[in-house]
Amino acid sequence: MADGRPIAPGLFDVDAGEPRLIAAECVACGRRQFPAAAVCPYCAADGTREIRVGPAGRLELYTMVLRAPPGYRGPVPYALGIVALDGGLSVVARLTETDATRLRPGLPVELVVEPLFTDDAGQRVVSYAFRAAAA
Amino acid sequence: MRPVYITGVGLHPFGRFPDLGLTALGVEAVRAALRDAGLGRGGFQAAFCGTVYGGVAAGHKVLTALGLSGVPIVNVEAGCASGGAALALGAGAVASGGADAVLVFGLEKMPRGMIRSSFFESWREEAGLAATPAYFALRAQRLMLDGDVTLEDLARVSVKNHRHGVANPHAMYRRAVSLEEVLASPVVCEPLRLLMLCAPNEGAAAVVLSARPAAPAIRVAAAVLRSHVAGSVLGEHTPLSGLTDERVPTPTEMAARAAYDDAGVGPRDLDVVEVQDTDSGREILSVEELGLCPPGGGGRWVRDGGGELGSRQPVNASGGLLARGEPLGASALAQIVELTWQLRGAAGSRQVPHARTALAHTVGRGANACAVILAR
Ligand SMILES: [Zn+2]
Repeated sequence: MADGRPIAPGLFDVDAGEPRLIAAECVACGRRQFPAAAVCPYCAADGTREIRVGPAGRLELYTMVLRAPPGYRGPVPYALGIVALDGGLSVVARLTETDATRLRPGLPVELVVEPLFTDDAGQRVVSYAFRAAAA
Repeated sequence: MRPVYITGVGLHPFGRFPDLGLTALGVEAVRAALRDAGLGRGGFQAAFCGTVYGGVAAGHKVLTALGLSGVPIVNVEAGCASGGAALALGAGAVASGGADAVLVFGLEKMPRGMIRSSFFESWREEAGLAATPAYFALRAQRLMLDGDVTLEDLARVSVKNHRHGVANPHAMYRRAVSLEEVLASPVVCEPLRLLMLCAPNEGAAAVVLSARPAAPAIRVAAAVLRSHVAGSVLGEHTPLSGLTDERVPTPTEMAARAAYDDAGVGPRDLDVVEVQDTDSGREILSVEELGLCPPGGGGRWVRDGGGELGSRQPVNASGGLLARGEPLGASALAQIVELTWQLRGAAGSRQVPHARTALAHTVGRGANACAVILAR
């Protein structure tokens, strides 16, 4: 993982150099959610198991954010999209691409964990995002 | 359950009013509605106030200023559907016999610029996930990919609602815009242009509900609130969680289905409709979800002149949020005020002839959706 403090605990980790999102799979119905939580939002079962998803995904939808939204501390413009991962899970995520002409629905993408901003204490903060997959 | 009637309506116009406080906006709307209903102190047994940004006891402050406190006053937050949620609670109180008359009002002074919402945890804000217009843009892109909606269709919705707004003295924007002008306005989040998005603003609206009709008798035939169920990644609940897309019913579809059942009418029976048009893609989606056109037929609906004043079923004759602007707590009740005027035949130059059945729809953060059917 890139050096720095994760933007929030429990969202992602890096296994043998490969970043993964930490999701949850329901022990009753098998459906998945990200971020991981203890209760299944589909069937209300109290019991999920933590799983790792990614890094490969497929871009479903995207748009460009031109001005910093409230509280955002990274660079603008940036792309925001919905990425489909294994097992039917789709997540909302920032995309590293700043040129919309290089994005299209269906584009293969891969998860990255990288510095996003430096916090008030001078510490680098790392977050997850997706980039176009290497050809 | 007893029938519930609308006996009074009132508005403070929507716009920006730097010299007026939030309470003053509410006072004007409530006064107008009570005057319209011929009610004074003691005339209603409960009050429900919709607001999102109004802070602690916003409704209490309005009724205190009018010397009308003493009854139960409930402040209701349900995002863009806050006023609809307040109306549903008020209608339930009258229908159950718990009150003979209730006051329902909504008020808001929205912050300026891209609005900070406590809906988002701070890490989501820091990560850039609190970009609300971006979610509207993703939804519009999905409409364009899944259906036959074009960029021009999105612009046509804005042209229609702005044209309608010209005739509404209570709207914020009362200027017609051309298709070219909408398309040439600055891109906010591709594909949405500035003139395809409603502006957050200020205003108030109030409605008196009663077990006894006024003349003409306008009945609340249904007032239904629903929230989302898990199973879609993109909606007014996004980004609560990454999820699978399972084609579950949306809050609007659930609320509409229940409202049609309660009222014993279908979408074809509606003479005039107000729908949530936070952005022009939202109007197309709302129209599809409410069954006003076939599923996936929203693009054709727009191109065929659907929803125009003068068509079979005008949508957003008031100008909608695109022309009126959106004060969250008040917008749903301003729809009810508009539709009450329409059913009374008192809507002036935007009157829909012979309107007898009307539907109001709001949907927003939560997610919450509200569908209200009025019948004369
Ligand atoms: Zn489950």
